[in-house]
Amino acid sequence: MKKKMVHIPMPWRYVINAAAIAVIFLIFMVLSSAGVITNYYSKILMLIGINMILAVSLNLATGYLGQLPLGHAGFMAVGAYASGIFMRTASGLPTGLAVLLSIIIAAVVAGIFGFLIGIPALRLKGDYLAIITLGFGEIIRVVLLNIDSVLGFNFTYGAASLKNIPKTTTFTVTFLCVVVVCFFIHTMMKSRQGRAILSIRENEIAAESCGIKTTYYKTMAFVASAAFAGVAGSLYAGYLGILNPANFGFMKSIEILVMVVLGGMGSMIGSLLSATVLSALPEMLRAFSDYRMVAYSLLLILVMIFKPSGLMGTYDFSFTRLFGGLLGKKTGDSTVGKESGE
Amino acid sequence: MSVLSTVVSQFINGLQSGSVYALIALGYSMVYGIIMLLNFAHGDIIMVGAYLVWITMSILGLPPAVGIIAAIVGCALLGVFIEKIAYTPLRKSPRLSLLITAIGVSFFLQNVAQLIMGAGSKTMPTIVSGPNVRLGSVNLSFVAIVTIVVALVSMAVLTILVQKTKMGKAMRAVSEDMGAAQLMGISVNKTISFTFAIGSALAGIGAVLYSCAYPQASPTMGGMLGLKAFVAAVLGGIGSIPGAMIGGFAIGVLEAFVSAVGLSVWKEGVVFAILILVLLIKPTGIMGREIKEKV
Repeated sequence: MKKKMVHIPMPWRYVINAAAIAVIFLIFMVLSSAGVITNYYSKILMLIGINMILAVSLNLATGYLGQLPLGHAGFMAVGAYASGIFMRTASGLPTGLAVLLSIIIAAVVAGIFGFLIGIPALRLKGDYLAIITLGFGEIIRVVLLNIDSVLGFNFTYGAASLKNIPKTTTFTVTFLCVVVVCFFIHTMMKSRQGRAILSIRENEIAAESCGIKTTYYKTMAFVASAAFAGVAGSLYAGYLGILNPANFGFMKSIEILVMVVLGGMGSMIGSLLSATVLSALPEMLRAFSDYRMVAYSLLLILVMIFKPSGLMGTYDFSFTRLFGGLLGKKTGDSTVGKESGE
Repeated sequence: MSVLSTVVSQFINGLQSGSVYALIALGYSMVYGIIMLLNFAHGDIIMVGAYLVWITMSILGLPPAVGIIAAIVGCALLGVFIEKIAYTPLRKSPRLSLLITAIGVSFFLQNVAQLIMGAGSKTMPTIVSGPNVRLGSVNLSFVAIVTIVVALVSMAVLTILVQKTKMGKAMRAVSEDMGAAQLMGISVNKTISFTFAIGSALAGIGAVLYSCAYPQASPTMGGMLGLKAFVAAVLGGIGSIPGAMIGGFAIGVLEAFVSAVGLSVWKEGVVFAILILVLLIKPTGIMGREIKEKV
């Protein structure tokens, strides 16, 4: 059964999406100025935003590329430390510029690490790729913990934590970063590169025999995923104001992976939704503080048993499709009658 | 103390912790061999085993033998129970879902343990004690010798079990080809449950031996221990039983020597660096078999 839809031409799709995003942002702004969103809620919202970026960036490597990296927290750590160290030294710059620069630096440094790790790691497949990225993630953590004793001066401050990072992450910055990262990943996946990445997920050998440079595209997706994790790390540094390598252990990587799988691999809206739920849930369950982690783990097991493909499967939400569908229903005839892929 | 005796005593230390890693690695390896699952909950089964020892000995005041049996039987039952509840419904699902379920089980065990036993660590009672043995100028602790001997005996028993018994043959058949094994009249469910029982029982033995060496039990103790044992399993070749033993001993000895030269803070880093090197040079590990990809 094919639904009748109005095909919305290209520039209008961007307008619709931009307008929708602006409306969402305005709602948040109005709510916060009206005092509905208190400082506490805005903290939670920022955390949700950071986790959203982590989830969509890992989704790029897991959902779209079909690999299973278990060291995502390592890239986040690299970004967080790069940005934290930069912000501590860049006190002379105006705040806005410093924040922008710190995010860019975090993305670039994490991207470089993603490249260095991706080149050897992506030679492996499946479980072995998972294990090797797990190893790299742990090494990043151990190095951050102990590098000072090798360098001879205080650089990451190891177990004593990198303190006094300016707390520059605001709701607006987080929101903008989420939008930009989602936009990047979305447009990337709709492009030639994105189709190449998807074809590698579907069947690597077939993709290669169709002339797709699999190593090139795998590395590209991996580096992009690492760079966006760096962005999240940068926001995290400015959110907490203090960084400790223990925050970026194996469990953090798993936490991010859980968000992606629970939401449905390869579904951006799934990642966004499950990042929201899983970040907010521990806060909502604060009343049952002793039982909340038990409930969290049980939820995880139950969802996997009853819906192994994740909550959303590979379904992706689209404003233009929604509007196209609505318009199609209203006119009720086959104006264009074409499935809009967006 | 001469250099040689230091080397020998560090080697024994390494073999002691390596025995524990090897026993745990066997559980990872057997489960991976049979259902291709990285069983992340395996480390937490060790934690449960350690608490079982603590409960039977410190709370109920029973002798060590009862504690040891409680740990082994309890872990084996827990392993089978987890497999039945959480993994069996997912046998036909994508493997990633299975992996996430294992992670969920791991979280669950940790948090339930924390809820019941509290977040602090419990001091374990003395399980075995005896006089130290002097070998030339080297002082060998009784616990170290017991640990190594118990581990070697367990491995010998396991090898006989897998190679000589009917159930062992069934296990090998199922890990070779599940569908064909089923056609030959092997009960796949029973075999998988049995594998989990054996793997978890070995984890129980590992828990007892670990508690002898480091008399502390905490809800998160399984995390790093499990991860290192997992590295040992990969190093030896995941899915291979002799590989897991070799990998376990190798990781233990390596750690001991890294600590001995004063780099103990880098201990974990070195373990993972070795892991990466092995994966890059020979991804199937020391004893692993090459699997050709068919188009």
